[in-house]
Amino acid sequence: MAYSKPTYKPRYENFIGGEWVAPLNGEYFDNLSPVDGEILTKIPRSSTADVDAAVAAGVKAFETYKHTSVIERSTLLNKIADAIEANLEALAVAETLDNGKAIRETLNADVPLVVDHFRYFASVIRAESGTVSDLDENTISQEIHEPLGVVAQIIPWNFPLLMAAWKIAPAIAAGNCVVLKPASATPMSILILMETIQDILPKGVVNIINGAGGKIGKHLSTHPDIKKVGFTGETTTGQLIMQYATENIIPSTLELGGKSPNVFFESIMAKDDEFFDKAIEGLVLFAFNSGEVCTCPSRALIQESIYEPFMKRVLERVKAITQENPLDPTTKMGAQASVNQKEKILEYIKIGKAEGAECLIGGDEYKNKTFPKGNYIQPTIFKGHNKMRIFQEEIFGPVLCVTTFKDEAEALAIANDTIYGLGSGVWSRDAHQLHSMSRGIEAGRVWVNCYHLYPSHASFGGYKKSGIGRETHMMMLNAYRHTKNILTSFNKNKLGFF
Amino acid sequence: MQVQRLIATVEALEVIEKLKREYGELVFNQSGGCCDGTAPMCYEKKDFHVPSRNIKMGEVGGCEFFIDKDQFEYFRYSQIILDVKEEKAAFGNSFSLEIDEGYQFITRSRIFTDEENKSLA
Repeated sequence: MAYSKPTYKPRYENFIGGEWVAPLNGEYFDNLSPVDGEILTKIPRSSTADVDAAVAAGVKAFETYKHTSVIERSTLLNKIADAIEANLEALAVAETLDNGKAIRETLNADVPLVVDHFRYFASVIRAESGTVSDLDENTISQEIHEPLGVVAQIIPWNFPLLMAAWKIAPAIAAGNCVVLKPASATPMSILILMETIQDILPKGVVNIINGAGGKIGKHLSTHPDIKKVGFTGETTTGQLIMQYATENIIPSTLELGGKSPNVFFESIMAKDDEFFDKAIEGLVLFAFNSGEVCTCPSRALIQESIYEPFMKRVLERVKAITQENPLDPTTKMGAQASVNQKEKILEYIKIGKAEGAECLIGGDEYKNKTFPKGNYIQPTIFKGHNKMRIFQEEIFGPVLCVTTFKDEAEALAIANDTIYGLGSGVWSRDAHQLHSMSRGIEAGRVWVNCYHLYPSHASFGGYKKSGIGRETHMMMLNAYRHTKNILTSFNKNKLGFF
Repeated sequence: MQVQRLIATVEALEVIEKLKREYGELVFNQSGGCCDGTAPMCYEKKDFHVPSRNIKMGEVGGCEFFIDKDQFEYFRYSQIILDVKEEKAAFGNSFSLEIDEGYQFITRSRIFTDEENKSLA
């Protein structure tokens, strides 16, 4: 049975210094649900003065928070995880209404992964240490970690809660305070999450500021009290953020998308067994999260000897994708996050047809009878070649581009013929082939005989133009802290120079 | 007549004029990648250092429009039509300036004919 749509507050505010604060200019914008096109709530359209207030709250909180013990921070993160877990269903419904994705995904992937992410960082900080070296008999060198201060985090609209968790958890685990700007398309679920944890969080440790990115994004990224910027989004704003980071000489981490190859070798069809069934699903995962995933397996490379029979089975599976009501747990694919995104995907479908790609299934919007004003696209598969624009540009929708290859060498060449290098998949029953392909692919993540798994403690990040930095692993902690070297001499005697 | 790689709609040119009044000189760079990728980003000219190897696609409303060199290889067979739409709600997470004013620039494309490709070669 479908979840019903709750009534949300008519408007939300910014979350600054532990309080709900109206924007100083009094301006708000409508937050629409892509599920039905109706207004969910109103969200502050903040100005630079609100950014200053949020950063100031972070600076004030950091004075105390930087002195918290590892035990205190670990306990805090565990309490956050418990509170989110206790409200899992409500947060999943809010996420589905805010972003459009199917409720079976938010219930079973997004929100449980958020919970686990806080628990992961709560635990790893208890089990790590700096280093001490005996440089000589009387000289000790200590490498100590210290937090950076107040960090800015600008997150995308495809996994609003999970991307918030990926950024907030390591930052506060490492002892920083955060000013986070949600994507304007999907601000509500994060604000509901903040309501869920506001009594647990020390005031000012996490601050949320809403609005359009142009003015406040620049103001935040260039603010002299901001010590690091984390961004997930498109490439040009990523470049601009790196340029802004030069102003105050601060680090930035960027996750900028991909055009991930998913490579299927002929041995997958050696048997019609559970593994072949898994491989079919592995291809159809292009429709996961309505295709709005940076690692969407949006290029399927299939060995030509199995193309016809494999594709026949794949198309049966794609035909079985149901779309009607994202709040119904039996619905397999939800809405696209915004009207704008839906139109962009349709523009790409038009380009694909004009380029001469063969549309095997879908190829149009989905007329949703339950929600005629929602943003729905049919899962679409094109067959073409890797030089086409639809094979090279990130569509960020349920649009798969399929091509064939003769042998392993050609598969690797096509897989790496992209400006991106975020995700990739390899499917085979041949262990040697799996090894040589996974080492040969230029990407930060190679899924071997699986796809779209995002466990904590498996690093995630890009090669090439997909960005800089590694998330979802304890190594991210060092992206949120300084290393201080304390060099101590126990020698009573002077150097002898002067 | 010379085939143009880049043109703009009247509506896009109007928004450019509006932004120029507020920010001064502007520059466009075609973006790629996640979320709001494959949209043109509009920044203050003094703000964005255009990567030195980017390709200039043309000018719109007196503003230069660039694209990444590698991306250009896939765009070179398309005419780019810079358009704009009103966007008062779901305006993504980029820093492009028009979103503060309630708009979003869009890159529309038309695949060139064989004759057009020949004349551009």
